[in-house]
Amino acid sequence: MEKAVAFHWRGFRERYGLVGSKCDHCGRYFFPPRKICPSCRRLGKTREHRFSGKGKIHSFTVVRSAPDGFEIYAPYIMAIVDLEEGARVVSQVVDCRPDEVDIGMPVESCFRKIREENKSGLILYGFKFRPAK
Amino acid sequence: MKRPKRDVAIIGIGSTNYGEHWSCGLKDMIAEAGLKALQDSGISGKDIELIIGGSMSSGMFVGQEHTGALFADYMGLNPKPAIRTEAACASSSVAMRVGYMAIASGLYDCVVVGGAEKMTDVYGSQATTALAGAMDRDSEAYFGLTFPGVYALIARRHMHRYGTTREQLAMVAVKNHLNAMHNPHAQYHIRITVDDVLKSPLVADPLRLLDCSPIADGAACVVLVPASKARKYSDTPVYIKASSQASDTLALFMRNDITVMNATVEAAKLAYQQARIQPKDLDLAEVHDCFTINEIVSCEDLQFCKKGDGGRMVEDGETEIGGRIPVNPSGGLKAKGHPVGATGAGQIVEIVEQLRGDAGGRQVAGAETGLAHNVGGSGSTAVVHILSRNKR
Amino acid sequence: MAVGIIGYGAYVPRWRIKSSSIAALWGSDPEKVGSMVGEKAVSSLDEDSATMAVEASKSALARAGINPQEIGAIYVGSESHPYVVKSTSSIVAEAIDATPELTAADLEFACKAGTAAIQMLMGLVDSGMVKYGLAVGSDTAQGRPGDELEYTAASGAAAFLIGSKNLLARIDDTYSYTTDTPDFWRREGEEFPRHGGRFTGEPAYFAHVLAATRGLLKKTRTTVDDYDYVVFHQPNFKFPLKAAKELGVPSEKVMPGMLVQKIGNTYSASSLLGLSSILDIAKSGQKILLTSFGSGAGSDSFSITVTSLLQKRRSAAVLLKDMIEDKEYIDYAHYLKFRKKLKGVKT
Repeated sequence: MEKAVAFHWRGFRERYGLVGSKCDHCGRYFFPPRKICPSCRRLGKTREHRFSGKGKIHSFTVVRSAPDGFEIYAPYIMAIVDLEEGARVVSQVVDCRPDEVDIGMPVESCFRKIREENKSGLILYGFKFRPAK
Repeated sequence: MKRPKRDVAIIGIGSTNYGEHWSCGLKDMIAEAGLKALQDSGISGKDIELIIGGSMSSGMFVGQEHTGALFADYMGLNPKPAIRTEAACASSSVAMRVGYMAIASGLYDCVVVGGAEKMTDVYGSQATTALAGAMDRDSEAYFGLTFPGVYALIARRHMHRYGTTREQLAMVAVKNHLNAMHNPHAQYHIRITVDDVLKSPLVADPLRLLDCSPIADGAACVVLVPASKARKYSDTPVYIKASSQASDTLALFMRNDITVMNATVEAAKLAYQQARIQPKDLDLAEVHDCFTINEIVSCEDLQFCKKGDGGRMVEDGETEIGGRIPVNPSGGLKAKGHPVGATGAGQIVEIVEQLRGDAGGRQVAGAETGLAHNVGGSGSTAVVHILSRNKR
Repeated sequence: MAVGIIGYGAYVPRWRIKSSSIAALWGSDPEKVGSMVGEKAVSSLDEDSATMAVEASKSALARAGINPQEIGAIYVGSESHPYVVKSTSSIVAEAIDATPELTAADLEFACKAGTAAIQMLMGLVDSGMVKYGLAVGSDTAQGRPGDELEYTAASGAAAFLIGSKNLLARIDDTYSYTTDTPDFWRREGEEFPRHGGRFTGEPAYFAHVLAATRGLLKKTRTTVDDYDYVVFHQPNFKFPLKAAKELGVPSEKVMPGMLVQKIGNTYSASSLLGLSSILDIAKSGQKILLTSFGSGAGSDSFSITVTSLLQKRRSAAVLLKDMIEDKEYIDYAHYLKFRKKLKGVKT
């Protein structure tokens, strides 16, 4: 179901720039950004943090049966990435074959198209990961 | 949670078969399961005071919200109050929880709980999209992750960390298909081999088609009364010894250890405490095998074995019907079917049939105590019920 | 005030298709076709002119070492902007964290939109209107199946940060030559461009490249001998070498910047990627002559002098030759899928 613009637009900053949060009170990093630190709650001091994009693969799969809007991209690799700061994300891994991916593989973020709403709708961009150069 | 003011018993059960019911809509299935449960309970419709029905996504599947009202209406129970519960694939076991609390608290004397899901009125990719609502839409589904994909991530890590093998995953499906041969409600009555599983098409590596529970339509329903009144209606009441629930992060990647479903761990601990039993006291369990990996992970988190030992457990036959702890004698979600909103209630129906001695060819001999384990999403909700033939 | 390049970045997609794979489909002789383009770079399904522009811009920022918030203007030039209406420049601005205090607009002038962007930024920087500006040439050019341009139409991006301090290379001067010469065009709503066949040579490419280069030499009172490297727009392998010969430029000065035989014609990125590859190797004090060409038609010519800062900053990002070598081949079927030429596929 196509969503109105605001639904996508409010996530541009975090999705284009891999921008999350850091709690200055306990030092934890979060992605997506959080206003409330789940460890510190009222004592927490969260602020914006732009992740370096460097990380390692924690687990991965190859999606072959795609949901709406992703059909043309199948098969695609999805992975949980341990970012070097300590937070985690789930994202696509590109520029490599499924048999080249393994747990522990170093990756770096890149800017790619996530999908198009449809032929006349918005083009949705965001971060993905590729093998670190 | 405090101790209940009074105990709760199940006096009636009803279920449709699970499968692709092209001729039935959501309303038809609710009526069928509801009517069967009422007839089985011997109770009159006018004695029912509250209806709680679970449905994960009647909105995205058939464009229908307000499913509580639907349950009451199509079971002929107006003007009684109705509540819809939603916890993704655990929707109807949460309905059980609410029904249990309604009676245990002393507020109600007769409650009908159930669940229904009509999944085949949308196309494949639309169903995949709807099911992805059980995950974190913004940070998981947005990037293309699917439900099988989430469980595949768990499987890959579990295999990496504990040496669980592809074959052990397949054995879960093989066992459950074998069990389902004796279940008239089941969607599939075909035996499969490990080889069949390993040759089936990949859905999200390493999970293949035969690792995944199927899209299905179905409804199931259960009638609850206070334990003290149960014998008035039924010669074979089944008593609820424990009803517990726990939560975890919506997104898989936000958990400390993705091979552990902490919601299951916590709900199980609470349930064993409430029922005052140990895992070894169970005669059988219906466990949430939405994907084969989850039966393995859940057996570990339910304390049937140590963490990492779940694969070996199924390989050694411990979870077969004649084994140490029979798991999914109904055929599980894999072979019985997984009409998501109905599944939790359906698990209760199976355990009641087992404890009554009515399970035919899949009967666990001498079954007295059973556990039902139902999960929402990738483990964001877990509900555990322990049922017993014995009041004490 | 001296104005020049404070950062530069290149992006070439990983995927390549060989001319022979294309020739096999149409029954052509792989030796003869493709104007000696051996293989070309193909953008993946999830890449477009915006994504490549972002990648190239990030490399440029790494080399410049500036805060992106200080960028005052961004211009992305392309003939394959992802939207017809909705600027690529604003997407790039958001992705590199340059928003919100800046001006931005998209440019189109076939393959010279990127160099036109550089000229605009030279003016903005020199006048003091902006501190830093970002010019990008980025394209995922489409070749009509069966047409000779199918062998050369390729994908790539190059980004240049323009400033007045800490220059890696000074832009000494620029000269442009523009006429209404419709050698290659694409109407709104049309998927593929059309071109004038052999008309694209002498009255188009050569007329403008030669005139612009000669104009620059005259304006700067230099000769081709004063330059260590010469970079031309590269629609194929033959044209730049022929232009060099006409101008008396020895081919050794042109060959280091020739990329078309390895990555194809990257349209708005073409001459700028050639410049990037020279900046990857040039020494302090060396001079580069760059002349672009955009169909329609026009050429922008530049005289550039490398500073001593370049060798310190260039390793802050991947060198173009390494990026070009990090490649993987695809067959024609995958090429059709990646370039979205398959009918009936859900977008």
